[in-house]
Amino acid sequence: MSQSYNRGLVEDFGRWREFTAGMWAWIFHKFTGWVLIGYLFTHIAVLSTSTIGGGVYTETLQSLESLFIVRVLEVGLLSVAVFHILNGVRLLMVDLGVGLESQDKSFYAALIVTGLIAIASVPTFIEGVF
Amino acid sequence: MAERYSSFNSNGSLWLIQRITAAFLVIVLAFHFFLLHFVNHASEITFAGSQYRMGTLSYYSLMVLFLITATFHGVNGVYNGLTNQGLEGTQKTVVKWVLVVASALLIFQGIRTANAFAGIALF
Repeated sequence: MSQSYNRGLVEDFGRWREFTAGMWAWIFHKFTGWVLIGYLFTHIAVLSTSTIGGGVYTETLQSLESLFIVRVLEVGLLSVAVFHILNGVRLLMVDLGVGLESQDKSFYAALIVTGLIAIASVPTFIEGVF
Repeated sequence: MAERYSSFNSNGSLWLIQRITAAFLVIVLAFHFFLLHFVNHASEITFAGSQYRMGTLSYYSLMVLFLITATFHGVNGVYNGLTNQGLEGTQKTVVKWVLVVASALLIFQGIRTANAFAGIALF
């Protein structure tokens, strides 16, 4: 028989000290999720310049894209999106009970693939900014 | 045998919709990023280019569906996150309605934006 005891909050940020793959996967998934929903609101706000006029929209987007920091942030956004997608697929598998024994490895694989895609994307994102 | 340990109510319809929207977004978010950063470079995007893409019914409807699913998935994710941190009672109700209103405004404004590209003068 299992004993019942108080485990505290299921999702307690204080548990990051445990340094388990699952804990970090959870922290990164939350962090990337917050970034993506924040970006969605910002993205629609920027694209809304199209409701003022075509010229305003083109000028706004091209001005933003001429900034080096925006290009760097875009690489960051891609990294965040790729990790959230890969870890999301991993979570779906965990939910379905597929590959539970390999959930640590799949987290590390998600990190490595995210890193590789981010590095490979740098030339495309930086192109034409200088 | 260890008990499976999750705070999600796996019988809930929101849980299922969160997974279905996730599966949809995996494909469409990847497509969106690829099309607008690697096929068309963001720095070269003009109103005319966006107008051309949005003028196609399939692209327009995909983007509107993308907006709705992304808003639901993101906002519901935020709500789940806050709930799992112990949000409850009146605070939980207030947060829920603030998120519902924010989502409605985002979807409304997103469709207005898409309409501006597509030349649809609905609102």
